[in-house]
Order: sequence, then structure tokens, then C-alpha cells
Amino acid sequence: MASDIWQPKIDRYVDAELSEEEMRAMDAHLHECSSCAAEALRRMRLKHDTKLAARRYAPSPQFRRRIEGQVMAGQVIADRVGARRTVTWRWAAPLLAAAVMVLLVAGIMLSRSSEHARSQQLLSELTDIHVANLAASTPVDVMSSDRHTVKPWFQGKVPFTFNLPELEASPFTLVGGRLAYLDHEPGAHLIYNIGAHHISVFVFRDQPNLAHVFSARESSRDVLKFHVESWSAHELRYFVVGDASDESIHALTSMWKQAGNN
Amino acid sequence: MPLFDSLYNFAGWLTGNREEAEDLVQETYLKALKGFSSFQQGTNFRAWIFRILRNAFLTSRTGLKATRTVPLESDDEETAVASATMDTPESILLGRASQEAIQAALGKLPVIFREVLLLSDVEEMSYQEISETVSIPIGTVMSRLYRARRAMREDLQGASNG
Repeated sequence: MASDIWQPKIDRYVDAELSEEEMRAMDAHLHECSSCAAEALRRMRLKHDTKLAARRYAPSPQFRRRIEGQVMAGQVIADRVGARRTVTWRWAAPLLAAAVMVLLVAGIMLSRSSEHARSQQLLSELTDIHVANLAASTPVDVMSSDRHTVKPWFQGKVPFTFNLPELEASPFTLVGGRLAYLDHEPGAHLIYNIGAHHISVFVFRDQPNLAHVFSARESSRDVLKFHVESWSAHELRYFVVGDASDESIHALTSMWKQAGNN
Repeated sequence: MPLFDSLYNFAGWLTGNREEAEDLVQETYLKALKGFSSFQQGTNFRAWIFRILRNAFLTSRTGLKATRTVPLESDDEETAVASATMDTPESILLGRASQEAIQAALGKLPVIFREVLLLSDVEEMSYQEISETVSIPIGTVMSRLYRARRAMREDLQGASNG
């Protein structure tokens, strides 16, 4: 059974721990094997849901202030742990100052790293919505290739309005639209076909959390083998996600950018 | 504060108790400051400070008690082969577990499995980072992750059927 070779690799695929070559091979296999694709999707879902559910314990503001105060003062009171003793390191002030600097520098690096992780999480959520939508029995809430039918459907459902591009003389077909949520914010999700590929276009209000998903110099990124392009215009944030060629996704992006400026 | 929220959440899941989690986080910062000279710049700071917290937990009364519990299975190096399930995409989407069910299933995992799952899925550590944090070989990281996830799936499946 071909799946016997691939099934043990699914966890490492979901954890992005396969080599580039293995990732490519697994991608190709998942396109052909519905059993492995379903298993991979199921494990991605569980990983994603575990991440959200496991953020359960948050420190109280009082505790945070207490530890911050202790670290910054270079004085740590170990009264609740062990022998309830107080340790004052006045003799070690230069040492502690250096230690605090190490922690603060590490903190800055980690804060950048956690910002990156957060942006990766949002991008993963978008690709997750895109993939889940492909598997759904009803992929759209409004099914029409006519943009004049699809656009009005969103009125009153999303807190903004937007323009859809004219597709005449283009290889793209509009399948329809549906509501999508990202970070609890409602947005528009438009689905297009090009050949055998599906491309999702997401439109959300441009919130600070979305503004950091792509850096200022960045306009596209590959996430789990999906190509993602993003831009911001007129207080809206757009994402185009799909496994079609980069050129196709870029072409649809250009058409949307043009429509957004009209 | 570097990693304060992450360390607190991890401590909460290890101890299952807010007061003990606070003690553990406080002790971690104490030890990190005291032993910062042992931290080699250029190496993985996150793995280093999580390792301090984990070691502090293992020597606590709750930690000693938790690690005496019987693990899911023998903890060998072999990564078990997953069994394929024949779910349809629809059943996968409809069958998503609730947040409460996931938290309950996670809470039931023995601590040696819970910690690797948290470091992988919540902290998004690589297998290498987890290996450094927990001081186990990468093969054991994969093995524990596999068993943790299988136990989670079985628990959630049982919850949805029951």
C-alpha cells in the first residue's frame, strides 16, 4: 500500500519537519491520495485547535507587575518557593545588571520572533480556511459568476464595501463568495477557478494585527506550499491564497488592485 | 519580559494550579538570573529558559508526583506507524472538537506527553528545540508527540461518541 509509506510522515509534514524534497513529494502524494489528504487535514485541524485551546493560563496583572519589579530591581524574593527566604543580591549588582540586559535583549529578539509567529499563525489560518473550503460540500454562500450578484450579497454582512474585478477576457472564473472570520473579524471570501485550481481572495478591514502579517517590503510569501499575496488599500487588507502558479495568483492580485483603485 | 505569558501558560499546564504556576515562573526567573552565566549567547534562549522551568517543576512535589504516573506506553525510540482513518472531509469539518474537550483531553495526558505536545503545538518549537528543552533525543520527541496526539484523538473521538 502506497499510503503505508506516507502515513508515518504525516505528523512531520504537519509540523513542517520534513526536508524540502520530502515536503514536495508529500504535497504531490496528497494531491493523489484522498485517504492521506484527509488524515493530514485532520491532524492540521487538531494541531491548530490544540494551539488555540491550550492558551488557557494567563498571568494576573498583579503577578506580572510583581515579577517585572523584581527582575528590574535585580532583587528576587524567593518567599513562596522552598524555604521562604529572601535573597538580596546587592553584592552582585553589576552581574545582575548584565543579566537583566541579557534577558531584555533576548526579550526584544523573542518579541520579534513572537510577532513573526503570530503573523505565521494568521497566514496559516487563511490557508486553513482556503483548504477547508475546498473540502466543504457547500464551498460558497452565494454562488454566482456575476460580480454584480456576489458583491451586493455582502452588504450588511461585512463592515465595509469593496469592488470585484471584471473578469472578461481573463482565464479566471468567479465561483462565488462566503463570509470568513480572521481573528474574530468578519471578512469577505471570494473563490475563483483557474483550470483545475481554486484561488481564494480574502478582504478584511486593515487592522494593526493584519498590517504586521507581511513586512513593509514583502508582498508575497509561501505558506505550506500555498502562495499568498497581500496588500493594503483604502483601509482594507487583501489576501490572495492558492496553489495555482505564482503568475496566476499575481495576475488575479493585479486585477483586484486595479478594481480597488476604481 | 521575555516569554512571560508562554512560561506561565506552560507552568499552568504542568502544575494544573495557578498558585503553583506562579511559584514555578518566579523560581524560573530567579534561576535564570542566577544562572545567566551558563547561558551561551548565540544558543537557543527559549529552549534554555523553558528547560529551567521544566527542571524546577520536576524537582517540585507536584512534578515528582506527576512523573511517577504510568505513561501511555513504553517510551521507546521507535516512531509508531499511524493508522489511516477513512474520514471524509465533511466529517472532519463537522467533527471538530470543542475547546473544552481539547483542554480536558490535554489535561488527561501524562506530563511527559503533555509537555512535548505543548512545546510543539502551542510554542511552535522545532523537534530540535524540544529535544534541547526536554533533554531527550529527537526520536523520542517524535515518539512522544505521536503517542500524545493519538491519545488526544482517541479521547476526543470517545467524547464525541459518548
